[in-house]
Amino acid sequence: MVPTIAKVWLPRFAWPRHEYEMQTRRWGMSNMNYTIETMALAVGAFLALLGVAFAHDSLFAAHMWVLFFALFAGTVIMVRRVSFAPVTLAQKAARESEYMDEVVKYGVIATMFWGVVGFLVGVIVALQLAFPDLNIEPWLNFGRTRPLHTSAVIFAFGGNALIATSFHVVQRTSRARLFGGNLPWFVFWGYQLFIVMAATGYLLGITQSKEYAEPEWYVDLWLTIVWVAYLVVFLGTILKRKEPHIYVANWFYLAFIVTIAMLHIVNNLAIPVSFLGSKSYSAFSGVQDALTQWWYGHNAVGFFLTAGFLGMMYYFIPKQVNRPVYSYRLSIIHFWALIFMYIWAGPHHLHYTALPDWAQTLGMVFSVMLWMPSWGGMINGLMTLSGAWDKIRTDPIVRMMVIAVAFYGMATFEGPMMSVKAVNSLSHYTDWTIGHVHSGALGWNGMITFGALYYLVPKLWNRDRLYSIQLVNWHFWLATLGIVVYAAVMWVAGVQQGLMWREYDDQGFLVYSFAESVAAMFPYYVLRAVGGAMFLAGAVIMAFNITMTILGYERREKVPGAAAPAALQPAE
Amino acid sequence: MALLDKHKFVERNATLLLVGSLFVVSIGGIVEIVPLFYLENTIEKVEGMRPYSPLELAGRNIYIREGCYVCHSQMIRPFRDEVERYGHYSLAAESMYDHPFQWGSKRTGPDLARVGDRYSNEWHVQHLIEPRSVVPESVMPSYAFLKETPLEVTNVAMELQANRTVGVPYSDEMLENAEADLKAQADPNADTSGVSERYPKAKIGDFDGNAAELTEMDALVAYLQMLGTLVDFSTYDDAAGYR
Repeated sequence: MVPTIAKVWLPRFAWPRHEYEMQTRRWGMSNMNYTIETMALAVGAFLALLGVAFAHDSLFAAHMWVLFFALFAGTVIMVRRVSFAPVTLAQKAARESEYMDEVVKYGVIATMFWGVVGFLVGVIVALQLAFPDLNIEPWLNFGRTRPLHTSAVIFAFGGNALIATSFHVVQRTSRARLFGGNLPWFVFWGYQLFIVMAATGYLLGITQSKEYAEPEWYVDLWLTIVWVAYLVVFLGTILKRKEPHIYVANWFYLAFIVTIAMLHIVNNLAIPVSFLGSKSYSAFSGVQDALTQWWYGHNAVGFFLTAGFLGMMYYFIPKQVNRPVYSYRLSIIHFWALIFMYIWAGPHHLHYTALPDWAQTLGMVFSVMLWMPSWGGMINGLMTLSGAWDKIRTDPIVRMMVIAVAFYGMATFEGPMMSVKAVNSLSHYTDWTIGHVHSGALGWNGMITFGALYYLVPKLWNRDRLYSIQLVNWHFWLATLGIVVYAAVMWVAGVQQGLMWREYDDQGFLVYSFAESVAAMFPYYVLRAVGGAMFLAGAVIMAFNITMTILGYERREKVPGAAAPAALQPAE
Repeated sequence: MALLDKHKFVERNATLLLVGSLFVVSIGGIVEIVPLFYLENTIEKVEGMRPYSPLELAGRNIYIREGCYVCHSQMIRPFRDEVERYGHYSLAAESMYDHPFQWGSKRTGPDLARVGDRYSNEWHVQHLIEPRSVVPESVMPSYAFLKETPLEVTNVAMELQANRTVGVPYSDEMLENAEADLKAQADPNADTSGVSERYPKAKIGDFDGNAAELTEMDALVAYLQMLGTLVDFSTYDDAAGYR
């Protein structure tokens, strides 16, 4: 039984016959004719211009200018790419039989780019809290830059990582080209447009104020279209697979895509004031709106940042360590348990609020139970290394993936703990929550993505290895130490805040004014920015390393784990 | 285990996997959220709640636009220290007309659920222009531009109408007088009896110290000054409201 499972559950990595040709050709579809795409972009740009002209409010007009310039630039680029050379049947057939890797390459570069941007904005907003004079009103005030940071790292960095890796993984594990012709390109570019519209919207002041769902109604509608196209591409590829089984990574990716669709649509239900205006009013109010939002918000964590990234874990860790997934049965149990329980956990964001107690208790109980399937995933990831633990010492990419899973384990223990009402009464509203989020986001999502990128780049660009393995090592240590500084500092800051707010003296008076608790945060906010800057520095090193790899350079260096150097051999 | 062996049917059938996942992830939301819409005790019975006046609503939209919720909660928890610091704990009824809610999730600054009537208009204006001139420890950004920016609401009635569509009880009379009410509330020379009648307890007067112009500062301060002031707690029954 066991060997059969191992055979089935080791992701296939058979390269199709045309792989080499495709890798050497710069642009896989150089003689495509982009008539429809170009026209759609031009019409879109024209409609954006009409939006400017007939806008209900000045913010909408400004946003439509942004849209116009984005689409206009797209049109110009497309026009320059149009070629009238005929496509031969042989070329077409060859193309259809290859994996579609070009869109994954774009996704890898986009992930890297948005990662650096998102981390940089993070360091800036951290400094704004320590040194408020760094706020530049109105466009770069903290209230507008913080959503920019959270969306940039979650949706731009994380989202691109998910789209790129899912496109890579589903093709390899299904042994099929991506479904839908050019539809994957629409998903990629459509998603970038969503990012640009969301980001510029925040800075302009266009927001519906629902955390991690800030974009207004028309940007939400656009994302819905892109997301449905994403589902069609992903599901279509699975449906035409040449493997009998759907690989476990794809279960997680599929659950992530379909659940995010459900959450996004329900949480963003709203009535716009005008169809040419930027403002809308949420369909729900008060307590119902709050629980709908945190049902969404917590499962943006549960499905975007957990299920999707577990899909990454289930493919890239077995590939990098060259071992099958530890337990097939554990993956079944923890998959269904995880997706079932996560959805219930939302109310722990609303402990002791005006949300009815029964809902709070239900949310707490499920949050605590969630610890188990979360650790099921952690165990399955870590134990995949059994028999190959030495790779932690010799392969910095494996080390990165392992520390990612370790941080996943820590964050999914801390989370259930903080969802216990007694703990939450202290931690809620404080920086402890911020520390918790970052140990998950930087440690788990960041590190597993970096590991996947380091794995993907040499494969996709057909290089023997990365430009420098030693730089991966530098990245690993900078990022790890950065996270440790960040999380530890925010933990102390949060507990101190919570204790100061509830401190009474002997006579029964509150000891501290709120302002005193703000002043006490200054050293922590500075140190937090230092931790974030270290993480950013690691990401910049990665960007350099990956760029050099893509350009075809190889740094001359001792590769860890290679044969021992001659000097260590016994003297003759 | 026999059940786990059956899983191969699911993992060989993409449609089954898709439908199965969607079914499993729907349950939690249905059980937790849907009852909030029909259980009658979800929203406490209180006296005093009313829809926002046009000026307050415009101020609230500025509060949302500037991301104030990122650092300020509007949800006082039922703890001794919070109640002493901020006032009576927040009720669900107090945000029943909030589309969307503004409970917040982080207190980099203090809770604002009952900030209304705590400070003077002059204090708020000065604080928003130069926060550290009144609270030296503050890390709040400056919002001086609000005082220089004329309040732009293209069509006040349409804003109220959109709220009415999602369930806020704005009357026809409120819609008809929306534009006039918006201007009158911040104009010391206007006849404000209509505003007071339609929106009881609404704060009236020039908020930003510049009576000649209706600015975004007027609207935001009008909103801040009414926060948490509507419910009459002398008639509220704590025990009956518990759920």
